[in-house]
Amino acid sequence: MQLFPCPFCGPRDETEFQFATEAGKTRPEPAAEVSAERWTKYLYLKDNPKGPTREVWLHVTCGEFFLMERDTVSHAVAGSQALGGDPR
Amino acid sequence: MTARRISAGGARPIPFTFDGKSFSGIQGDTIASALLANGVRVVGRSFKYHRPRGIVGSGAEEPNAVVDVTLAGKTTPNVRATTEPLADGMAVRSVNAAPTAEADRAGFLDRFAAFIPAGFYYKTFLWPDWHLFEPRIRAMAGLGRLDPAHQPPADSPSINLRCDVLVVGAGAAGLAAARSAARAGGRVMLVDDQDAPGGSLGHRPAVIDGMPGGVWAEAVVTELRAAGHTVLSRATAFGLYDHGLVAVWQRRTGLPDALWQVRAKRIVVAAGAIERPLVFPDNDRPGVMSAEAALVYLRRHGVLAGERIVVATNNDKAYAVAVALHEAGAQVTVADTRPRGTLALRDGVEVIHQATIDGVSGARGVSSVTVSGRPIEADCVLTSGGFTPTVHLFCQAKGRLRFDEAIAGFIPGDPVAGMAVAGAANGAFAVSQVLAQGHAAGGGAGEPPRATTPDDTCAVAAAWPAPRGKARQWIDFQNDVAVKDVALAARENFRSVEHLKRYTTLGMATDQGKTSNMNGLAAMAAITGRTIAETGTTTYRPPFVPVPFTVVAGRRRGEFFNPVKRLALENQHRADGAVFREYGGWLRPGWYGTGQPATEIAREARQARATVGILDGSPLGKIEVIGPQAGAVVDYNSYQTLSTLKPGRIRYGFMLTESGVIYDDGVVSKLSDDHYVVSCSSGHVGGVVLRLEEWRQDRFDRSQVFVHNSTPQWATLTATGPRSRDLVAMLGLGVDLSDDALPHMSFADGSFAGGPARVSRVSFTGDRSYEIAVPTGTAKALHLAMMEAGRTLDAVLLGSEALLLLRAEKGYIIAGKDTDGTTMPHDLGIAGPRDKRAGEFVGKRSLFTENALRDDRQQGVGLTVAEGEPPLPTGAHAVETRGGARRSIGFVTSSYQSPVLGRPVALALIERGLSRLGETLDFVHLGTTRRATIAPVCAFDPEGARING
Repeated sequence: MQLFPCPFCGPRDETEFQFATEAGKTRPEPAAEVSAERWTKYLYLKDNPKGPTREVWLHVTCGEFFLMERDTVSHAVAGSQALGGDPR
Repeated sequence: MTARRISAGGARPIPFTFDGKSFSGIQGDTIASALLANGVRVVGRSFKYHRPRGIVGSGAEEPNAVVDVTLAGKTTPNVRATTEPLADGMAVRSVNAAPTAEADRAGFLDRFAAFIPAGFYYKTFLWPDWHLFEPRIRAMAGLGRLDPAHQPPADSPSINLRCDVLVVGAGAAGLAAARSAARAGGRVMLVDDQDAPGGSLGHRPAVIDGMPGGVWAEAVVTELRAAGHTVLSRATAFGLYDHGLVAVWQRRTGLPDALWQVRAKRIVVAAGAIERPLVFPDNDRPGVMSAEAALVYLRRHGVLAGERIVVATNNDKAYAVAVALHEAGAQVTVADTRPRGTLALRDGVEVIHQATIDGVSGARGVSSVTVSGRPIEADCVLTSGGFTPTVHLFCQAKGRLRFDEAIAGFIPGDPVAGMAVAGAANGAFAVSQVLAQGHAAGGGAGEPPRATTPDDTCAVAAAWPAPRGKARQWIDFQNDVAVKDVALAARENFRSVEHLKRYTTLGMATDQGKTSNMNGLAAMAAITGRTIAETGTTTYRPPFVPVPFTVVAGRRRGEFFNPVKRLALENQHRADGAVFREYGGWLRPGWYGTGQPATEIAREARQARATVGILDGSPLGKIEVIGPQAGAVVDYNSYQTLSTLKPGRIRYGFMLTESGVIYDDGVVSKLSDDHYVVSCSSGHVGGVVLRLEEWRQDRFDRSQVFVHNSTPQWATLTATGPRSRDLVAMLGLGVDLSDDALPHMSFADGSFAGGPARVSRVSFTGDRSYEIAVPTGTAKALHLAMMEAGRTLDAVLLGSEALLLLRAEKGYIIAGKDTDGTTMPHDLGIAGPRDKRAGEFVGKRSLFTENALRDDRQQGVGLTVAEGEPPLPTGAHAVETRGGARRSIGFVTSSYQSPVLGRPVALALIERGLSRLGETLDFVHLGTTRRATIAPVCAFDPEGARING
């Protein structure tokens, strides 16, 4: 059972979290100008790196999305931070 | 003669049975010690060859003595006799044997052993199909039997605990560690799998801090408990999981077992070591057992393992066993594999040096043993091949092992952060060294404990199994793996220990090779000419011992597995005769009344169309979106534009996934420019809230809009049908109900019983309807008022089933039932927003992909059948035959008998369905074929006159 640090609630069991997406993905817009390839890449293709990774997770219990840096091999969590501003 | 009790110490006798025969043990016995005390030698049959097997060990490592235990009429399978306390009236049964372990019908199998070596099944039962053979093979090889009558209650608690130091094992090392950790001021948890703390101090005498070892152990535990630390006995730390979570299975007296989930800043592993057998021909005879186990049975249970005992050893530690058994009255011969012993022995104990054990006679129990060519009469052979440190938790924490020649075993290599390993688990066997390691591992605070007895010598000279002659030398007793099987695996190139395990089953099953792995990999090393270090170990995975599923599942079973959501008015519905069913996670009235369900549902549906139906719609979502950017958020999350609504108005729409697929449908009420209420499907409330939150946080100014799920705070009661307005009028809500003031798809705020009441004109039946939302506190009063008002109007209580029927008559979809993971809005004929709406919204780009624009997509349609035919089965597939090949072109999603229309109605997703109106297709279901004609989705009141009727 991993412990993830919610920037708002502190360390909590992994069962309280959902993976949202890899960090740094920007939604391509406007729709009319986005190629099928680019849209497919945005929707379905993930880097899924082995080792250090930056991801957006949701702490379901408090409803906040946040950024987390962790290692997909060792499962070590380097840290987390709120998206778009300081924790409040 | 065989084993017998030499001292009962006045303990209370406990009657029990084994394989139908009556025996008597004493208070404090395990099943194993009681069987030994009664001279029972054969306690089970081996897994594959059905060879008679006896008790080998005294703890979790036991490979043979696995039994089914019936107590108070309930049978628990596959219990280890060595760890299970004996209880009054226990009926113990051997496993994999019929009728008894002593006289097992399948015992003949062993004569064919030469023909069924390791890997036999893989090679032999391939053709024509393994499944032809599987049932009979499974019946012949197996362990305990499940008792279908025994469905244990979901009563095992799961307890979370955080501490500074978790110490696993309460032997000398663990006690020293726990004491120093406690003295350093941290919160300590000490867990131990034995009945009482002390570990080997319970059977190997030592004097520590001036006290006998057992007394010292008690004193340490008393000190820990007095200071508020947690000490558990009969508690096995069976696994270490991600981020250092340790799971502990605690057996409790008079209470259900408990699962502890422990997070500690530091973990001290002081789990001891397990003696491994020496491997020699026929070393599996009943009566061949671990030397250390014999000492445990003697010192803890007063049971002498035999009268004439040969102690076969490669180390000094077994000498103390020989002396103790000699002093207890047995005739003892020591067969030491080493050229010379390092210990002086008492008179009367013969020592044979450079001994080889050539064989053991006695199929049902040892009768003699041949040592270096000389037969010796014996009823018991004790073997000690050295001790294997219990490093499981260290390895589960990704620790790497190092082979230590001095102890002939693997010990922890480089330390793992946050973990220390001490005592025998770390390869230390002398008491003073054990105490010093434990004290240091616990932090080193306070005065270290000191042993005032001289240390036992622990020298060992490796004696690993090697191929020799024709007789079978057993390595894994539980899985019937002998040295020749390891040699066969090597010949067939299964040389990796992981392959060796899978190919021969060495180290598998309930004991996971606690006594056999080390010998198995050493044999493989010898056969392949590699060192033991090069050969390596298999991966250590939890659990350390088999843990009952009841303990792992805890209370999350039955109604707590996935608890239903409950209505505020559940009791009222019960009083009204509701039959409850689960709908989208909510427990709701399916129908009312005690008649046939179909009859009751038809009655409710017909009556609601004739007069007025009263329905509890409380689970429908009420998600408030509030703030200056509220309109932008709901627009972005919706297929239809919503912010253009006038305040007080309501609009129907879809919420899409980014893949353009319909996630949910529902209505949105606009209260003002900065306040909307999203009323989504009852089963999708959680998901819709998260979608709104995701975009609120990711795309919008999170200080300018908030999402609040107020569904649980409101109860919604709906009146639907031609007399619904009359009914609502009688409630005195203070709302103008005229169609000019409150047209369809609008709402008005009134009051009820001193609180707010929102009246919304939305309809899921196609008839004039009013949804009245009140705080749950006044729901009961509103329900009573509506029932009272309905009395004069011939109103009917409407369950969910009738509602589903009424909406199907109108062709109103249920998202996820009448749509699937491919359905887009235009597949239901709603393409306006796709074609006309400017700006971004969730899923937009996906509505224009090549796939989304195909003309052969499955589209939502209605179906009719020929007059007099029954409803189509839901799920029936529409098929098309082309060029002799039949394929599915869609399926029935909803199907009902309409009481009002007097005929079946159905909805379906059919390829090109919207351009196929009037076409008649074949529908197949479970071998039968029906015909149905494509029709518009709406079968009832297509003009929509009844919405204002």
